[in-house]
Formats: sequence, structure tokens, C-alpha cells
Amino acid sequence: MTARLQIRFAGPHVSVQDGGRPGLARFGVPQSGPMDRTALAAANLALGNPAGAACIEVSLGGLTLECREGQVSFAIAGGGFIVEHAGRKSGAWQVATLRAGEILTLRPGPWGAWCYLAFAGDLQAPTWLNSRATHSQSGFGGGKLTTGGTVDIAAPRLVPHLAPDAPLPCPPFVRPLREIRATLGPQDRFFTPDQIAALEGAVWRMSGAYDRMGVRLSGPKLPPDAPLDMPSEPVARGSVQVAGDGVATVLLADHQTTGGYPKIATVLDADLDRFAQLRPGEAFQFRLVSPAEAVAHARLMARLRTTWLASLGRQR
Amino acid sequence: MTQAPLFRPVAEHGLLVEFGDRLEEATHAAVLRLDQALAADPFPGFAEAIPAYVNLLVRFDPLVTDHVRVAAHLQALLRQPAGAAQAGALRTVDVVYDGPDLAEVAALSGLTTGQVIATHLSGAYRVALYGFAPGYAYLSGLPDPIRLPRKEAAIRGVPAGSVIIAAGQCIVTTLTMPTGWWIIGHSPTPILDPNGPRPFLFDVGDRVQFRQVTA
Repeated sequence: MTARLQIRFAGPHVSVQDGGRPGLARFGVPQSGPMDRTALAAANLALGNPAGAACIEVSLGGLTLECREGQVSFAIAGGGFIVEHAGRKSGAWQVATLRAGEILTLRPGPWGAWCYLAFAGDLQAPTWLNSRATHSQSGFGGGKLTTGGTVDIAAPRLVPHLAPDAPLPCPPFVRPLREIRATLGPQDRFFTPDQIAALEGAVWRMSGAYDRMGVRLSGPKLPPDAPLDMPSEPVARGSVQVAGDGVATVLLADHQTTGGYPKIATVLDADLDRFAQLRPGEAFQFRLVSPAEAVAHARLMARLRTTWLASLGRQR
Repeated sequence: MTQAPLFRPVAEHGLLVEFGDRLEEATHAAVLRLDQALAADPFPGFAEAIPAYVNLLVRFDPLVTDHVRVAAHLQALLRQPAGAAQAGALRTVDVVYDGPDLAEVAALSGLTTGQVIATHLSGAYRVALYGFAPGYAYLSGLPDPIRLPRKEAAIRGVPAGSVIIAAGQCIVTTLTMPTGWWIIGHSPTPILDPNGPRPFLFDVGDRVQFRQVTA
């Protein structure tokens, strides 16, 4: 038994993602996986799936699927996207069931840049290095969704839900963040005190140069105050990298694992999902915190998220 | 002699352990020693270690530990008597020298193509670090006579398995990607086997020897 969905439309950067490939950065492999990891976990847990099961990551480009065969329950979480399902219009953050002949459309709504569509069943997609997360530069993993293709869900299940589009709670801590916590460095020595003050003082905006590797920022130019002769160094997700022209880029899920540009700061992983939900043009500020403050914040956020995620399976 | 390393915090989950700021053999050896010592004696909450030329990024779970405790563990490892770094396994990689840039590399180096091949085969290579793309192992040790800067512009769609050289290094590519390096041949040796029990042929620190094959 399989539910077969036809892709009537897929915008750019719509791809299969799962929990990703942790621990392979020493071999040049980024973790990949969802831009908003909390939202992917929420969509899965709402259906009783493992938190890191394969889902469809929907970008601002949007997605329209038509169910051709079978039926399967689904959950949508992440971003304030607009959902049209079988002629009904509602918000993301819901559990519902898709049946043969029905059309499901996800498109950007009032807020958010990434939305996750999970199915109660096994999304059929290729595995690469033990994961179905799509590595965008190579296309390996589950792969990008393209108009005209199909998505098969093996062993589809029907999950009981109270309303046709039963809402899922969307707490404040999964919404975009305007104050992004970061630690200074590790290559802050390439920058003047004035430039570091500008990092924290300026209003920054997400530019349109935004994909799964990273987002270029609009804001003050911070040209490094020394020749760029550093040997390639390991790079973490969340690095605020500054190229020779002074333009800052925040590295995201599919970032390269080493690089030779200085990193003036590193965004806390605990704030990165909410950062990724900012849209091109939206403004934010950096707030520099100490390593001890960073750990304390990560622990607080983990407690909030864990409690909320654990409750989702019970709230249909 | 390398200096005591610097510990630079990276968000809530990492410490960049920096042994120097210049590419020197002793510095890289210190990175590999700490990487090996950590693999043999990890701390609670250890997530991963990512070695590069002069530093090691040590990542950890901030719900289990923190920068201070991780630094203390690494300091203890660094205080252990500095045994020689393990030599690293020797990996043999086959090459067919049929690359589109072989003739130009010869012309720019003032060598015949046969001499370029012999020079490339004579190198004692080591896996310095991974980067750029999954499975891209940067091999140091390219012999001086065939050291060329990168090309002016990158070529797109260079197939996986290409043997490319530039800036004193060699890479056997694992994906179809653009490159501005010089393509001197291709290798039938699997460097990245995504479904195998050991997906990556090399670990950082391994030694590599090339062997010429025909087709």
C-alpha cells in the first residue's frame, strides 16, 4: 500500500530533509538537514514519527501536491505559511489527512521562510551517507522536488485528529527572532574595535542571496583589518563569515566545512532555527554573549523545546 | 616547537584549538596529535572534532558540558607526554594520466608530459584536511616542479574522480563540481563510497601514494 502524490508545482529550494548527517564534518560533509530543525521535529512528532524522519522542506517558492492514489495523514509546521487543502484555506501548524483526488498547496503567509510537510508513513527517497537530507550543491540525498515528479509514501497511516485541519500549537520560541545571540570570533582579531561595535550596533537585514548554504547580510561593510592569509580553518554552522569585500554571510545547513575567510562571530545554534525563519529584507540585530551565557541560553531553549515537542503527539 | 595553543570559543558548542597561524609541518602535527588523543580519550558530551591545517574544532553538546570543562579535558590531553603522532595509514590511489590540462601543466612547468607524470608520482602526500565539498581531501606534498597557481577561471561540471592539482596540493574529486585547479588525470579508486562500511578512503593524517594505471 502506497500513497502517491504528484508534484503539480515546486518552487526552488524545495527538497527532502531529515535529521541530517551529524559527525561527518571532518570528511567535508556538512550536517545538512532542515533549516529549521525544531519545526521538522514538530511536524514529525505530531504524527508519531521519529523526530528526524524524512519530510519535505518547503521554501518561499511554495509547493502544490495532488494525491493520486491512497490516503495519508500529514502534519505541517514551521513558518506562518498558508495551506490550501481540498478547497479549505488555513494556516500551517496543523494535522490533517490527504485523500485521493485532493490538492494540497503550501505558500508563504504572514511570516517565516521555511515550512515542513511530514507524512504518517515512509517518504520514499534515496539515502546518501545514511541520510535522506538533500545536500543542495550535489543534489545527493533525498533530492529536490521538481514540478511533474511524484512523491510516494510507503506504509501510509491515518492518524486520528479532532478537526479536518486540527491545529498544532505554535509557541513564541519558534517564531523569527529579531535579536540574534552570537559569540565573538573565532577570528575577531581580523577586525577593529569599531567594526566589532558596528556588528552589534547596526541593524542588519537578510538579503535575497539566501539559500541552504547561507545568507548574505545587508548592513555595514566590515572589511577585515589584515591581509587574508589565514590557512583554511574548520567552519561551524552559524559562522558570521566576512569576505574580503567586507560583506558578512551567515553560514547555514549546507555550509562548507572549512574555509579561509575570517569569522567575526558565530550565531548560537540555539537561535539558528529562528534566524533561518527571517525572510529576505527582514531586519535583526546581533547581540554578543559570553560563552557561559551561550551555554545557559542553549540549556534554557532546549528545556522549552523538549517540553513542547514532547506534548505534540498528545495534542491532536 | 609549537607554542601552547589558544582556545577560541565558537558559539555554545565549540572550541577552536589553535596551534599557530602559519602553515607549518610542526603545527599541523600538533593538530593531528590532539585529534588522535581526543579520539582515544573523548570527554562526556563530545560531538566531533574537525581538523584543519593549524587548528582543531572540537564540538560538544552544551547540555552535557561547557567550554571550561572541555578546555580542561583538552589541556590534560596536551600535557600527556608527546608521543610521535601516529604515521597514518598508507593509501594507494590509481591514476590514469589523461587529464585535459596535462599538456598545459607541462608547458607552464617547462617539463614534458612524461616528466609531469613522473613528478606527480614521486610525491609523498598526506591528507591535510577535508573541505570545499563532501569527500574532498586536500593532499599536501605536491612536488615543487609542478606547483602552479589556480587557473584564472573555474571550469564547471568537472566529473567525480578527477585528479586535480594547484597551490602545492592535490585532490581526487568525489563529486561533479566546478574547479579552478589543473586536471591531470582521473582515478578509478573509490574515494567516497556512500554505502560502504567505510565511506571515506582517507582519514586526515593518512599518507597517499599514487600509482599509474592505463584506463
